[in-house]
Amino acid sequence: MRESIIQVENLKKNYGAVEALRGVSFNVEEGEVFGFLGPNGAGKTTTVEILEGLRQPDSGRVSVCGMDPQRAGDAYKQIIGGVLQSTSLPEKIKVHEALELFSSFYHRRRSLPDLLKRFGLEEKRNAFYSQLSGGQKQRLALAMALLNEPRVLFFDEPTAGLDPQVRREIYEIMQELRTEKKTILLTTHYIEEAERLCDRVAIVDAGKVIATGTPRELKQKSAGTTRMEVKLAKPEQADVLGKLEGATDCRPFDGYFVVHSSAVPKTIVALVKHLEATGNELAGLEIATPSLEDVFIELTGRRLRD
Amino acid sequence: MRVALALTAARLRLVVRNRTFLFFTLAMPMAYMFFGWMIIQRSGREVIPYLLASVAALTVAGTLWGISLQLVMFREQGILRRFRMAPVGAAPMLLSSIFSNYVMLLPTILIQYAFARWVFHMSVFGNLWGVLFLVTLGSITFASMGLIIASVTNSMQETQVICQIVWMLFMFLSGATIPLPFLPKFIQVGALFLPATYLVTGFQRVMIGNQSVFTLGPNIVSLVSSAVLAFLLSQQLFRWDPEEKVTRRAKLWAVSILIPFLLVGLWEVHSGKLRTDAGVDYRTVMQRPVPVENKPQ
Repeated sequence: MRESIIQVENLKKNYGAVEALRGVSFNVEEGEVFGFLGPNGAGKTTTVEILEGLRQPDSGRVSVCGMDPQRAGDAYKQIIGGVLQSTSLPEKIKVHEALELFSSFYHRRRSLPDLLKRFGLEEKRNAFYSQLSGGQKQRLALAMALLNEPRVLFFDEPTAGLDPQVRREIYEIMQELRTEKKTILLTTHYIEEAERLCDRVAIVDAGKVIATGTPRELKQKSAGTTRMEVKLAKPEQADVLGKLEGATDCRPFDGYFVVHSSAVPKTIVALVKHLEATGNELAGLEIATPSLEDVFIELTGRRLRD
Repeated sequence: MRVALALTAARLRLVVRNRTFLFFTLAMPMAYMFFGWMIIQRSGREVIPYLLASVAALTVAGTLWGISLQLVMFREQGILRRFRMAPVGAAPMLLSSIFSNYVMLLPTILIQYAFARWVFHMSVFGNLWGVLFLVTLGSITFASMGLIIASVTNSMQETQVICQIVWMLFMFLSGATIPLPFLPKFIQVGALFLPATYLVTGFQRVMIGNQSVFTLGPNIVSLVSSAVLAFLLSQQLFRWDPEEKVTRRAKLWAVSILIPFLLVGLWEVHSGKLRTDAGVDYRTVMQRPVPVENKPQ
């Protein structure tokens, strides 16, 4: 049986009294885009930075392309690429100079004109880094990640803080990389990003992987239910709504109730009857198919961006 | 070495685009030389080599400012983290700081010489090979000290405070601004433990006394040993990430770069040679005796 290109077993890391990672384990296959989905502080960046060789784990085993990132040194850096969450370049370095400089560190090098063209940076090749927009800086970061034709790419929240237009541009680039069968580990707290770009997703929370699977599989874990967001005029107990006909679960959320139902028409009828009986009124109702966010809420009781 | 040279070339490009750096490297020493000349011009043109020796020493010693601040800024801005993702080790990164600094120093010292020659009509040039040697050695030593400061400080503010303290000591107690023979005796003794004193008196010896660097035993020993120690230590203490905080133990290790100066200082207190030489150079250019109460015993 073929070995996974990334293997992580029982990874633990503490920052003082804070347990950042509490036994993270997962595998990534070659050519796969693997998403690490979770809220801020879940341990996504710590995990990726350990995989990149930038941090030392307290315990656990990590193997990327058969190498230990903490021990393999430059040989390992030659075969990986990445976009860090918080990084920068000197303000007065030009785009082509940055690419040339970083390219000179590697044995395998991509053609720089091709990279400039592919990432739409040809016109900006002589611009200083400080003159680039947020999107252009991120495109440059992506181009730099590909300079050495890496076997494995690590993208740590590559679209965080970018406006929707730029985010879509980055998605297109990542879709291309996906079709090229690049192995990518992508951390994100955007549901859309994970659903759209990833072959498989690990949902992480509080330093632990709480579910793994394809986006479809994870959504099916929502037991084939439909998500209903119910807003009532007067207060109500969640467990009462959870016992309505067809309802499988109900949680209060931001002033409304998230009800999962396996028989929506029956649940709605039961809800209306219940409201009439208790003198309450419906202030709002939305029905949606379950998303990864629902899976996350079901598993943790919290929203991703809480 | 290939990586260090690539980084050096990149950093040189960044330096020549940095107006603040150019101002402090090129314009400030000229201003200092000009004001120095205003103060002591009555002593005649003979004082110019003395003044130039001080300016050159301060320019070389001042490299610890630029190097430490740039490295800390790179770390705070997350620039070093990006380099760490690539196959770039601490040694090439630190070497590139030293190399780029040295390459910038050479034309700076040349311009200072040209300024002294064409503006102040300096006619004595001293031992130019000796000057080149001291610029090279001094830049490595003080740049390495700058790397140490960058390694043991956690923020730009902290770096600036430490550089300021170190710089003030160098500027006023090493003989660079106030001639060593003019300082009270107890300060003269204290100056023997300062790295900058060995650079300043070294420059004075080769520029005024036209001495060979082979006559500067204690100066060379202290600067070389300190440079080696500081570079090795800075490699060990180097931090790529702003989140990695420096430990108290690391700070204690950093202080060990002063050991060569402590040992040479003790030897100089005993021998009195450096202070005697400083007095000779002073008398040569000022054509006036050293104040009696400050003469070494």
